[in-house]
Amino acid sequence: MKIALVLGELFEETTQVLFSILGAIPYIVGYVAIILACMFIWKIVKRGLTPASGYNSRKTVTFGDESTVVSNTAASIISIVLIFVLWGAFTGSKLLPGFLHAPGPFVGDGSFSYTMEAANGATDTADVSVLVHPAGEKPDVFEVEQGDGIAKNDALVVQSYRSKLLRWDANDETTRKEGAKIVAVNGQPISKDNDVITDFARIALTDKGTLNVEPKKGVQMESIWLPAPEQVWGKLVTIATDGYQNVTLAQHLGFSLWRVVVGFLIGALVGIPLGYAMGLSDWFRGWFDPIVEFMRPVPPLALIPLVIIWAGIGEEGKVILLFLAALWIMAIAARSGVSGVNITKIHAAYSLGASKWQILRRVIIPNSLPEIFTGARVAMGVCWGTVVAAELVAAEKGVGKMIVSASKFQDTDIVMMGIILIGIIGFAIDVGIRQLEKYLVPWKGKS
Amino acid sequence: MSGLMINDISMRFDLPNGGSVQALKNVSLDIKSGELMSVLGPSGCGKTTLLNIVAGFLAPSEGQIVLNDQPVTGPSPERGMVFQQGALFEWMSVRDNVAFGPDMKGTPRAQSNKTVDRLLDIVGLQEFKEKMVYELSGGMQQRVALARCLANEPDVILMDEPLGALDALTREKMQSLVLDLWKETGKTIILITHSVEEALLLGERLLVMAPRPGRIHKEYRLPFADLGVGNDLREVKKHPDYATTREEILQMIWEMEEEIMGRAEGGN
Repeated sequence: MKIALVLGELFEETTQVLFSILGAIPYIVGYVAIILACMFIWKIVKRGLTPASGYNSRKTVTFGDESTVVSNTAASIISIVLIFVLWGAFTGSKLLPGFLHAPGPFVGDGSFSYTMEAANGATDTADVSVLVHPAGEKPDVFEVEQGDGIAKNDALVVQSYRSKLLRWDANDETTRKEGAKIVAVNGQPISKDNDVITDFARIALTDKGTLNVEPKKGVQMESIWLPAPEQVWGKLVTIATDGYQNVTLAQHLGFSLWRVVVGFLIGALVGIPLGYAMGLSDWFRGWFDPIVEFMRPVPPLALIPLVIIWAGIGEEGKVILLFLAALWIMAIAARSGVSGVNITKIHAAYSLGASKWQILRRVIIPNSLPEIFTGARVAMGVCWGTVVAAELVAAEKGVGKMIVSASKFQDTDIVMMGIILIGIIGFAIDVGIRQLEKYLVPWKGKS
Repeated sequence: MSGLMINDISMRFDLPNGGSVQALKNVSLDIKSGELMSVLGPSGCGKTTLLNIVAGFLAPSEGQIVLNDQPVTGPSPERGMVFQQGALFEWMSVRDNVAFGPDMKGTPRAQSNKTVDRLLDIVGLQEFKEKMVYELSGGMQQRVALARCLANEPDVILMDEPLGALDALTREKMQSLVLDLWKETGKTIILITHSVEEALLLGERLLVMAPRPGRIHKEYRLPFADLGVGNDLREVKKHPDYATTREEILQMIWEMEEEIMGRAEGGN
């Protein structure tokens, strides 16, 4: 009946996932609603400012006509700004005016009262003054007047996002050991299963009879989960100047990029001639087809363990991995570049007196360049992803290594910074290759 | 003797499924130097196969091609090709496309420049010399293709539906250009076409081929090409023989097509 067990486990997991999704729905709806609101406002403003007069504005059929769908720059700008605003709002960023902040954790003075019942049935009420301070501050422990009765007033200092146990009987005339217990907080009855929620905190009765004071957390993220934008930026500045773990940021990034470039170049240098050979000779085609077709669907990430076993965690292993990541993509791109040559071009070149070598150099290679550039874009993307993953697994330097070390110390700001840098660099590589392509292969898609 | 001799060419090859195809059967032709011959026929009559054999891209299963007393064994610059479309090198400028043949021979640039200038003047593209070919219209591209072929000084020019992809007006202009080039250069030209009108206008000799197996069905000797040189082709079409010959050939091809259809239906 092992299958039933597995199925039960999977069912449990599925319900958990579904509940997480359900929990996220209000936030997603809110986000979409903001964007839609921006869209309507923008459309009205735009219509008032400049009535559309282009050819597209005369089209009556726009739904389904792809040519009328041009990426709206305003929507893109709003999208980016909104991400930062939401990021700031839910981290209490100082860059945002306070009214945009999501409700934050409670900070400041609060108080509640508890009602104690002694073993002999006598009851008394005492006040507890609570000071909730933000992380990083160390306020002095303060004293309050004890007051009268068998229960004395208490003072408590709690850090926001944390909770603290109140040993209320420490100064009282009777103690838990003698059978005293709490029966109510702020006049509301309290028990182990029944917490009391006051204006600033949730107060729970523990098994041992003490009170657990947990100030309200609001809906902002603690910086250990999600640091504020300015904190990430500040970290970028610090690490760019001082480095991280004795390695400068430039070194981290430089090593990652160097590995990608070297691995890709060797992969292209081997893969492109291999692809040409496969496109031009039946023996090469037959020889490498099984190898290429097998290696292509193997994700380079799956090779990481083997490469580490064979070549260790040094540069050699990384370069081999990236070489393998780029090799098959470039070989396939070059092969399809050769197969894509219109036979009339080859015939024309032969009847103009070209030799085989001239045909290769003057016809086949230029004709395959567009395909090779497409392959290079894919390969560079894969290589960039692979190098980061490989560095996450094992490396001494590199941007992946940086974020995985930072995660071990819960330096979430460094992790965020690293992820953003990885994204920006990956995007820059793609844009760079596209620009190069535009410059070197202007005839792409025009034959 | 000089000229192109097609000696009893047959083309037969096996199919992967075990059958075989007789694409051409016993085709013989003598084409004199400087002749302009158009080839017409329903699809499947083997006219493109014949052209590929003459060009040297295919080896016939029987017979041989002899040009200037030399047997043809493969492609060579003495037999220039003009294709329908897509045969230009779009990574090169118009100049480099036209100079491709001379460049392959290692002709010095100063000399090939002269050739390019002369030919671009003839086809009327001098001002487009430095443009990339993908910036040109379809008709202009075919002018470049003609110039590129002529730059190599071939003895025979083989045209495989060179004007097939052009619109009617451009096509008419290009037909005049082909006639003018033929008269000016005195080259032997074999032109394959789908259009009966084009075959009539651009053929001193007109070959009608029949399918299954591909063979020569009928040959005409026509006056229209000579009349068309330097003249308005629409005037030529008013010639009394033009309409009757056109009707006769259309009828002939119509019947061949009907027969193919009938045979296909009968086979079912």
